[in-house]
Amino acid sequence: MAQDLQPLARPASLTALFTAFTALALQGFGGVLAVAQRVLCEQRRWLSREEFVEILAVGQVLPGPNVVNVSLMIGDRFFGWRGALAALAGMLSVPLAIVLVVTAIYTEYAQNAAVAGALKGMGAVAAGMIVGTALKLAPVLRTNPMGRPACFAIAAIGFVSIALLHWPLLWVLPLLGIAACVFAWGRLGNQP
Amino acid sequence: MSPLSLADLLQLFGHFLLLSLVAIGGAIVIAPEMHRLMVSQTQMLTDAQFNASIAIAQAAPGPNVLFVAVMGYQAGGVAGAAATLIGIMLPSSLLAFAAARWSQARQDWRAVRAFKAGMAPITIALLVATGWILAANTPGSAHLLLTIASALVVWRTRLHLLILIAIGAAVGALGWI
Repeated sequence: MAQDLQPLARPASLTALFTAFTALALQGFGGVLAVAQRVLCEQRRWLSREEFVEILAVGQVLPGPNVVNVSLMIGDRFFGWRGALAALAGMLSVPLAIVLVVTAIYTEYAQNAAVAGALKGMGAVAAGMIVGTALKLAPVLRTNPMGRPACFAIAAIGFVSIALLHWPLLWVLPLLGIAACVFAWGRLGNQP
Repeated sequence: MSPLSLADLLQLFGHFLLLSLVAIGGAIVIAPEMHRLMVSQTQMLTDAQFNASIAIAQAAPGPNVLFVAVMGYQAGGVAGAAATLIGIMLPSSLLAFAAARWSQARQDWRAVRAFKAGMAPITIALLVATGWILAANTPGSAHLLLTIASALVVWRTRLHLLILIAIGAAVGALGWI
């Protein structure tokens, strides 16, 4: 894709990192991952799609809020622990202030039908944005050493067990994860 | 808003420190446990306040984990918000930081490469599953249609995401879904 032909860049300073994360957090209604992928991979070009998926994988496997983990790992990559703090502060400080103000006034309008409807509509779009982001990231699997059929099978098992069967992530993630990683380990050994 | 005593705040902080380390898949995964702690057990929050916390954080800009801060805020003001948010983030963030450093330094290791390759399809599947679960929570075919349309727009176009959210809000406010 054309977007991948542009060379990767890096944030100019801690301030640039902070403001970029603040800006993307403020665009993230109903979750930040879709915006983070768009801004970091496509607009700023600080990360390739492959790097984004790798960082997200670590962020998902580890406990804690994914977006928080991802922010601090990206910050650390560019500026060490100060970068981690800058990215995290950018992601959280302004949105935190906003959400607390919204909480303080929310109760006044909670019963309003238009407000409730708007929240529902935003929720539907937010769900679609996450799925759309996944579709955008899927091409990284083309170069995966496990091969496309195995990648598709693993992704399908993951989706069915979590989304359709509602099995606990605490079981699915380690079991499927270990199986996939062992398979990948074997495949990597066969490469020159 | 009932102000919490220092002992209450410390207890809240301690509980969230522990919850942080079991929150695999994000803070929302342990929402049932937070409900047990803050609504059933200590009655710091009502059921309505608990549900509103999640709805507000989803609707407001920023990461969804801020629902944890909203809960703390409703239970004990700014000090309560600090106790829950710092509690939920501190242990997991230190772990993520250490893990990132460790894997970055060993990115040529076969085990690290196997982990990255093996987890990539699962990472993408989890994203789809998250969107699916969010969409399935609200019944209605118009609602589902809006979700599918949004997914296609994000996938195939460069339409600004704020415009997409605004369309969703307008469609909902008009009562079309």
